[in-house]
Amino acid sequence: MNNIFAVAGVVIKELYRRKDFYVLFILTIVICLVMASVNIFNDSQIIRYLKELCLLLIWISSLVIAITTTARQIPAEREQRTLLPLLAKPLSRTQLIFGKFLGCWLACGLVLVCFYAFFGALAASREHTWPLLNYFQAAFLHWVMLGVVIAMTLLGSLVFAAPSSNSTICLVIVLAILCVGRYLDLVALSLAEPGRSIISGIYYTFPHLEVPFGMRNLIVHDWPLIEWKFVALDALYLLAYAAAFLVAACLVFRRKAVN
Amino acid sequence: MNAILRTEKLRVEFKGREFRQLPKVALRGLDLEVNAGEVFGFLGPNGAGKTTTINVLLGFIQPTGGSASLFGIDVRQPIARQRIGYLPELTYYYKFLTAEELLRFYSRIFSLPRAEAEKRIDAVLKLVELDSARKRLIKTYSKGMQQRVGLAQALINNPDLLMLDEPTSGLDPLGRMKVREIIQRLKNEGKTVFFSSHELGEVETVCDRVAIIAEGELKAVGRVGDIVGQRASLEKAFLDIVGYQPQSTP
Repeated sequence: MNNIFAVAGVVIKELYRRKDFYVLFILTIVICLVMASVNIFNDSQIIRYLKELCLLLIWISSLVIAITTTARQIPAEREQRTLLPLLAKPLSRTQLIFGKFLGCWLACGLVLVCFYAFFGALAASREHTWPLLNYFQAAFLHWVMLGVVIAMTLLGSLVFAAPSSNSTICLVIVLAILCVGRYLDLVALSLAEPGRSIISGIYYTFPHLEVPFGMRNLIVHDWPLIEWKFVALDALYLLAYAAAFLVAACLVFRRKAVN
Repeated sequence: MNAILRTEKLRVEFKGREFRQLPKVALRGLDLEVNAGEVFGFLGPNGAGKTTTINVLLGFIQPTGGSASLFGIDVRQPIARQRIGYLPELTYYYKFLTAEELLRFYSRIFSLPRAEAEKRIDAVLKLVELDSARKRLIKTYSKGMQQRVGLAQALINNPDLLMLDEPTSGLDPLGRMKVREIIQRLKNEGKTVFFSSHELGEVETVCDRVAIIAEGELKAVGRVGDIVGQRASLEKAFLDIVGYQPQSTP
């Protein structure tokens, strides 16, 4: 575990010393503050639109940070040749993969804390309430969902040569899952065989990330808390997918020549 | 003598990228032994198999045949690398870290206790003369300074065996001299140094024994004086051994 934490520490340092996070965070703040200063149609519930917009920006920013940070980890180690002195030490390839995953995941957790703290402050400035447990549920499942995205991107970084192609492919897949994933079973029903079986197979195989994404509604519309057992079940479901992607990444990396 | 690095009938083949392309044989049954406390030069023309040998010894690639061990442990075990230091050719270390942070990171991988790690960091930074720049980000370092950071990371665990892959490549004469001095100092401390180089003058100065390989085969191994023999220099001996034929000018 010591080696995994050491690798993770370097990834976290990289994130806070690079400008990516600060740019996206400041952009989110600026857009939200500009929108907060406008009162369209004198709508008393305008705060809902503002919360919706802020959460959408948080989701986009977190996905961009998670995918781009993860996609460059192994390729940058190869390109800069830092992989050689690293693996020449008593560090196994599995530990390196797990360290990179943990670093990216924890770094994204810190990013989410900053974003949700800003969101909470923005909402409280208008509504004068702090539904902390609702925020916690949404942020927690968002973070666990990012674990799946990070593990998938890490696997992609070992399969695809360029970080840019990996980032694009992962972003498209994740956006597709979030936007149309839940409708695939309906699409399957309208198709003839073998299309129906293929689409149904995809529907039941890919990770469903809709629950964390749908948690936005919980805090936008001030809905009551979800039962904790369902939060735990969804977290376990997502972690199982993250673990599967990580195992696949380790198997691919073990077979790769490092030189 | 006590061999701490050993390869027996080491063979490495790389599969051809094209369909039906024959595999490329990088090493053909290499037998090598490096004894404790000696500075061993590993020579050969480009493409001879020097870096492939080092890559096998460090577990980066799997041999097709034969075996390799460090301190009697199969190189495929990560623990075989606990007592070695490795400096690769032309590496750009993490730009967003300082030298001190980089060394702290590597010392954690060796599981050095914190107090001991701090002592080692101080010692190696002084040795490579980077003490004054220890808190600067590596991205601000010159090429020579980066190479010395590389040497520092290779020494962080106080290794018994140091493997250097063309350590003076791309350095100016002053940088080369400093690296040579460091190797000499390590030799005086009783460390084993295994290094590949194209700088034959440098090899002649610091090495106890050398091995010369060409086309993946060991062509000669022995004390520098024995290999030079009646020839004028190690360079002349090297050219003779690898079979270099000067082209006659018309």
